[in-house]
Amino acid sequence: MEEILDNPYLQPIIATLLIVAVFPLVAGYMVLAERKVLADLQVRLGPMRVGPYGFLQPLADAFKLMLKEDIIPAASDKWIFWGAPVLSTFTALTAFAVIPFSDKFYVADVNIGILFILAMSSLGILGLILGGWSSNSKYSLLGALRSAAQMVSYEVPLGFTTVTALMVAETLSMQGIVQSQLDKGVWIAFSNYGLMLVPAVVFIIAAVAETNRAPFDLPEAESEIVAGFHTEYSGFRWALFFLAEYASIFVICGIAVTVFFGGWLRPFANVGFLETPLNVAFPILLFVVIGAGCALGAVRVTLAYEKAIMGVLALAMFLVAGLFAIPMINELIIGFFWFLFKVLIFIYVFIWVRGTFPRFRYDQLMQVGWKYLIPISMGGLIVNGIVLLFTS
Amino acid sequence: MQLDSILFYLFAVQILFSALMTITRRNVVYSAVWLISTLVGVAGIYLLQGAEFLAGVQIILYIGGITVLFLFVIMLVPVSEESKQRRFSSQLWIVLIVAVLLTGELGYFLWQGADSFQMGEPTPPAEIGTVTTNSEQIGQVLFSEYLLPFELASILLLVAMIGAVVMAKARPGAE
Repeated sequence: MEEILDNPYLQPIIATLLIVAVFPLVAGYMVLAERKVLADLQVRLGPMRVGPYGFLQPLADAFKLMLKEDIIPAASDKWIFWGAPVLSTFTALTAFAVIPFSDKFYVADVNIGILFILAMSSLGILGLILGGWSSNSKYSLLGALRSAAQMVSYEVPLGFTTVTALMVAETLSMQGIVQSQLDKGVWIAFSNYGLMLVPAVVFIIAAVAETNRAPFDLPEAESEIVAGFHTEYSGFRWALFFLAEYASIFVICGIAVTVFFGGWLRPFANVGFLETPLNVAFPILLFVVIGAGCALGAVRVTLAYEKAIMGVLALAMFLVAGLFAIPMINELIIGFFWFLFKVLIFIYVFIWVRGTFPRFRYDQLMQVGWKYLIPISMGGLIVNGIVLLFTS
Repeated sequence: MQLDSILFYLFAVQILFSALMTITRRNVVYSAVWLISTLVGVAGIYLLQGAEFLAGVQIILYIGGITVLFLFVIMLVPVSEESKQRRFSSQLWIVLIVAVLLTGELGYFLWQGADSFQMGEPTPPAEIGTVTTNSEQIGQVLFSEYLLPFELASILLLVAMIGAVVMAKARPGAE
């Protein structure tokens, strides 16, 4: 038993299994959250039928997708058609390997952490391109070409802004980046006399484009090319593409949080007197409020099983709030809490942006990428480099 | 050590098999896919050697950049038509000479044995859970000892890029 517990591979293996097992469910609820938030922005209710307030909708969707007939177009290239979604999902989930969820929970801490994630995301593009090509359909091919051009274009500002942040952090290791922000006492986005805010904003814009999200969702613009590269995909293969898309959204929000917004650090990590209010009171309050909301929901729904579900949810939330009150457990999970909290804020911003801006035209998309984001990110790199040179 | 050897042979088999498939497939897209597999295998070998930075850059540049552009171009060609065409090549003699030379070189070194190579000091594998300094080392060497070649390469790339832009630019009155 001792031997097993001391094995250096134990923690990475457990973390990997947890991520692979839990993420599909998380992705399902990200879809539900997206539908709910979009509905709210458009003054609708969103999914309400399955479970209380539509809470079980992701499970119903998953079952539906798994039970659907598996259609492979006759004129498609079978092998590549089969392999493309696998490649996309595989690379998207592999990128989780270097995400620092907290100071204790991560799969690996390597000195190419950020490069590894960029490498995996560029491998993921191939899944879209090959999927679009192998479908043997005009719309799919157009979507694939668009996504290839878009991702290659927006990788450049993404890379430049990341390099700028790495210059401040002085390391490529994801844990090291967070540690350097702790040592400097300021999140990278606000360091360098506020000059780093420019790369941070450019990074977020490029990240939205890189994950093919509205308003940059030209590869799957339904008004022009049906559904882009996944037009011919249905059922479970389509679900894999969606899983990959939501995984890459999560990963890129994880990078943004780690590289620019302090990773698993709480806000004002160096201000000692905020320790108790932010690390204990805030999570407890948050979960108590959510729990109270669930309890209120339990009173308002009418069906018995819906009442039961909402009641259990409320109890679970109160339980989690209680966990944060125990100092030993609090220490273990507080980093995880802050990381997820920030990532969820970014995911909310992604959805908010989708609900707010109209889709770009293709030439506007290229113009934003090449004429604005790339020069701005290069300028940010040079200016921040000069400031760093003179202040360090 | 055991795991290293197993991984090495896995990657070696992957590289050789994928490289063979790359040059024997009739369908260009298949060739490109096998090429990707080859490049991933090479990145794996780099990782085994402790050259993490090189492995990351290998994937980002060769797969994320170059092969994506290959596929981009290939997808605009009607592959089914093209793969039915008979292949033509007027470079048979050059190919044969190069192949014979290469085989000769390889055979010579195989015959001489490992001592004939000048090999760098092998880096000991890093302890699990520690962070290596591979990227820092590359950065320092690149910007001190190899600064001139590095800058020359960047100028060469800049020239190539400007050349491409000039060639692609529409000439006045060409419409």
